[in-house]
Amino acid sequence: MDPALFAQHLLNGVMLGVIYALVAVGFTLFFGVLDVIKFSHGDVVMLGAFTALATSIAASAAGLSSPVILAAMLLAAIVGMALVGMLMARYLVLPLRNAPTLNVLLVTLMAGTVIREGVRLFYPQGSNPKPFPRLLPTGAFEFGAFTLRHDSIVLLVLGVGAIVFVHLLIVRTRLGLAIRAVAQDPETASAMGIPFRGTVLATFAIGSALAALAGVVNGLYYSEVSFNMGLLLGAIGFSAAVIGGLGNVYGAILGGFVFAALQTIGAVALPFASAYKDVFAFGVVILLMAWKPGGLLAERSAERV
Amino acid sequence: MRGLTPLDVPPTLPTVPDPEKNPMSSIARALLVVLLATASVASAKDTVRIAFIGPLTGGVSANGLGGRNSAQLAVKLRNADPKAKYSYELMALDDECKPNVGVQVATKAAADKNVIAAVAHYCSTVAMGTVDVYHRFGLPVVIWGAVLPDITYANDFKEIHRVNGTMINQNETAAKFMVAQKYKRWAIIHDTTDYGKGHNRYFAEYLQKNGGQILGTFGVTADQQDFSAELTRIKELKPEVIYFGGITPLGVRIRSQMDKFGVKAVFQGTSGIISDAFVEGLGPLAEGVVAFREGAPAEKLPGGKYFNEQYAKAAYSDPPEAYGPFAFAAANLVMDAVEKVGPDRKKVRNELNRTHDYDSVVGKISFDDHRQNAVPLITKFVVQGGKWLVWEDSEYAAGKRPLVR
Repeated sequence: MDPALFAQHLLNGVMLGVIYALVAVGFTLFFGVLDVIKFSHGDVVMLGAFTALATSIAASAAGLSSPVILAAMLLAAIVGMALVGMLMARYLVLPLRNAPTLNVLLVTLMAGTVIREGVRLFYPQGSNPKPFPRLLPTGAFEFGAFTLRHDSIVLLVLGVGAIVFVHLLIVRTRLGLAIRAVAQDPETASAMGIPFRGTVLATFAIGSALAALAGVVNGLYYSEVSFNMGLLLGAIGFSAAVIGGLGNVYGAILGGFVFAALQTIGAVALPFASAYKDVFAFGVVILLMAWKPGGLLAERSAERV
Repeated sequence: MRGLTPLDVPPTLPTVPDPEKNPMSSIARALLVVLLATASVASAKDTVRIAFIGPLTGGVSANGLGGRNSAQLAVKLRNADPKAKYSYELMALDDECKPNVGVQVATKAAADKNVIAAVAHYCSTVAMGTVDVYHRFGLPVVIWGAVLPDITYANDFKEIHRVNGTMINQNETAAKFMVAQKYKRWAIIHDTTDYGKGHNRYFAEYLQKNGGQILGTFGVTADQQDFSAELTRIKELKPEVIYFGGITPLGVRIRSQMDKFGVKAVFQGTSGIISDAFVEGLGPLAEGVVAFREGAPAEKLPGGKYFNEQYAKAAYSDPPEAYGPFAFAAANLVMDAVEKVGPDRKKVRNELNRTHDYDSVVGKISFDDHRQNAVPLITKFVVQGGKWLVWEDSEYAAGKRPLVR
């Protein structure tokens, strides 16, 4: 294969990987602290994208410039989804703490459907795909068959920056220490004076804020959002978190990139039609899970999150 | 607050006016009796019942209501015609565009001995489920809107006729038209539903017959978000046209990402993307997108002017939509057959089978060996200035705007 073309596919895969990783980190954070799977996560991604879209429409109606609109929509989406995440944790997940985990899974699955159908019904013409504003520079560097768009660079920096930020937050701050402590052993952590509920709410806020960012990055990258975009993204993000090792943040990031790579290989390198790329990617995920049931970077019981 | 006691009840409750005490109303009654008597004398004709089936509720109900009104209009005009041998009654049934509901209402219509024929279905999936029912009960049916070829071609039921075209005709026109525009190299993206696969199959067939070249075919799932891998490969193949077989949401995504990944080619779609949502979802990127659809806007039809005038006169609250004239033509076709051979299902069926060069508002109707209208109408569309325009009316056809080269 032409090296320029190879580089292009690699870049496409990395862009996908960043979006998947942002979603997967949320899944793994929630599982880490509470051992729950929050199935509405993909729909929170979608809600974040629509919050950003609505904010940008309002902001451009107010006559603001592109960078200001961008900042406003990022802020609105991230703060908004952090709040949604906390509300879900407080009223849906925590009350079911002592119920079977299956109940949490079901409740969040239903919450996701409510969010999805809510956007479809209440956003004007919500069933139709919506154009997402193009706020980033539109130029590109061309090297033969390889095109590096300026907006891709910005999105890549934004996505990787967010992941590094979460890493530092968990490793370097007192809040991160609290999250790690609660993940390891909630009872002992509480006994040591770490507020259990506050830590859980903070974790859900962080995970949901990342989902909002994933939604905005997704919208800016594809210039289009739709009410059901969260369904597949949720399934992929969850799979990525599982192949990486649920509960391990680095595993989720790795899983995101592995899944993106599988999809790209499925569409490009396999002789049969691209229609089977998801079949191929999810098929390999099944094999990986059979080979390493705990994930590529399985969480060690002594060190979670 | 004071409680309600029996004393609060008004002494007399308002009653219906007593006709004995009201001379006006007894006159009205007498008039009514006279009217009824003359009406029954006038309608010494036998009444023939025809069923109309379409989606009257749900997401595509606009099309179903337009079809129902149009069929109703045909019946109304016929009943006003003193030369008609029978008087007609339309029984409208709602299939909700759901196969299971469709089979229920089709059975209801077919089991009713008084129903002589039916004008049925806008949704292909429903028609696929009900054709067996009509065949079993021997009820002659004329399809007015569903486009899947298999409805007429996958069976040999003498009861099933269709006045509108299919995706076969659509793709034949599409291939011929695009080759005539001097395009040579295509890449095909289609969704992997029956709809997308069918379009891919027929378009590829006609494109090759007409000398176009297919550089690559990419099947994609109907909910796919990312097309970077496919489009990067397509970019390398350097096609002049990207043919897309699928519906609006995916079409918006692919057209939008073509721009992102720098694929410069004409975007050619099917009837599935001809919607306001497509143009709204893409904004300026929709410009110059071409697509094809069975049927034609009413004003472009041979009898469109007459149809539009009559439809306006009837003052329905919903527009006829694209397939209204076809429902109108189908209802007239059925009533003409009844006029000729009488209200007998078998005779009507045989009469419909023989339809050849029948004049209707949608043009001539001639059925082939599968009772499919062989002279279907396909209209070419292009997006210009944020609107779907009929190609012939666009600045593209006039040469004022060029398609992508």
